[in-house]
Amino acid sequence: MQIVARLATGGTILDITGDIDLAHSPAMRKALLQEIKEKKTPKVFLNLEKVRYIDSSGIASLVEGLKASRDQGSRLILYGLSKTVREVMELSRLQKIFEIHDSEAQALAS
Amino acid sequence: MLLKLELQSNPEALCLVRATVERAAEVMHFQDAEARAIVRSVDEALANVMRHAYGGRPGLPIEMSCNKLPAREEKSAQGGIEILLADKGLPVKPATLKSRPLDEIRPGGLGLHFIRESMDEVEFSRKKGKNLLRMVKYLSPTPQAASSEGE
Repeated sequence: MQIVARLATGGTILDITGDIDLAHSPAMRKALLQEIKEKKTPKVFLNLEKVRYIDSSGIASLVEGLKASRDQGSRLILYGLSKTVREVMELSRLQKIFEIHDSEAQALAS
Repeated sequence: MLLKLELQSNPEALCLVRATVERAAEVMHFQDAEARAIVRSVDEALANVMRHAYGGRPGLPIEMSCNKLPAREEKSAQGGIEILLADKGLPVKPATLKSRPLDEIRPGGLGLHFIRESMDEVEFSRKKGKNLLRMVKYLSPTPQAASSEGE
């Protein structure tokens, strides 16, 4: 899994590539919490267009990120969810808890 | 038997197992959503063994086998796949296994929920010092088969 951070309007985009599973979710959690808690970025966009798979440990990391962003008064915005990732969000019944957009353009405009 | 794998409790192996199970499900003609459900269940079950039964320690043994179930009238006219996992970790107490309430927004406790939602049968047991997990997914009737049943 690879994580690349780039600046965007009002915040930072984290481009994630690969699978977010037990082996790799700790790295995503670290990057996410660093952006939210340490850098206090007001909007963190998580680009999941190139994520083929996410497991429950990945979802747990996203929930932790969401809680941290709420504590900071910032926003965590997800976009580009594949069918597989969307399915897992629905199974977790978290799709309405997260701010989710189809594309980067929609996410940035939100 | 369709497949037998001897694994170690190394999370880096999970992507290889997912690819293997996905291919096995394709070969058995599971529909895409069913194949994803099987892959998800195997991945979550192995992750649970690594995290909980083995406490995150790498290099410990996990056995996995997949069997093709024959078509049977009482369960599934199409047959299915049976996946068996065995580990030598801390005993799993089936009575204490429960998914967390989904209305609680907190990290963790979702893996077992994913497995139970994704598979048709899920059974935990312990025999001869091993935790055993049996998961079954039946093939859905093809649209053609379903329509001929209704006739």
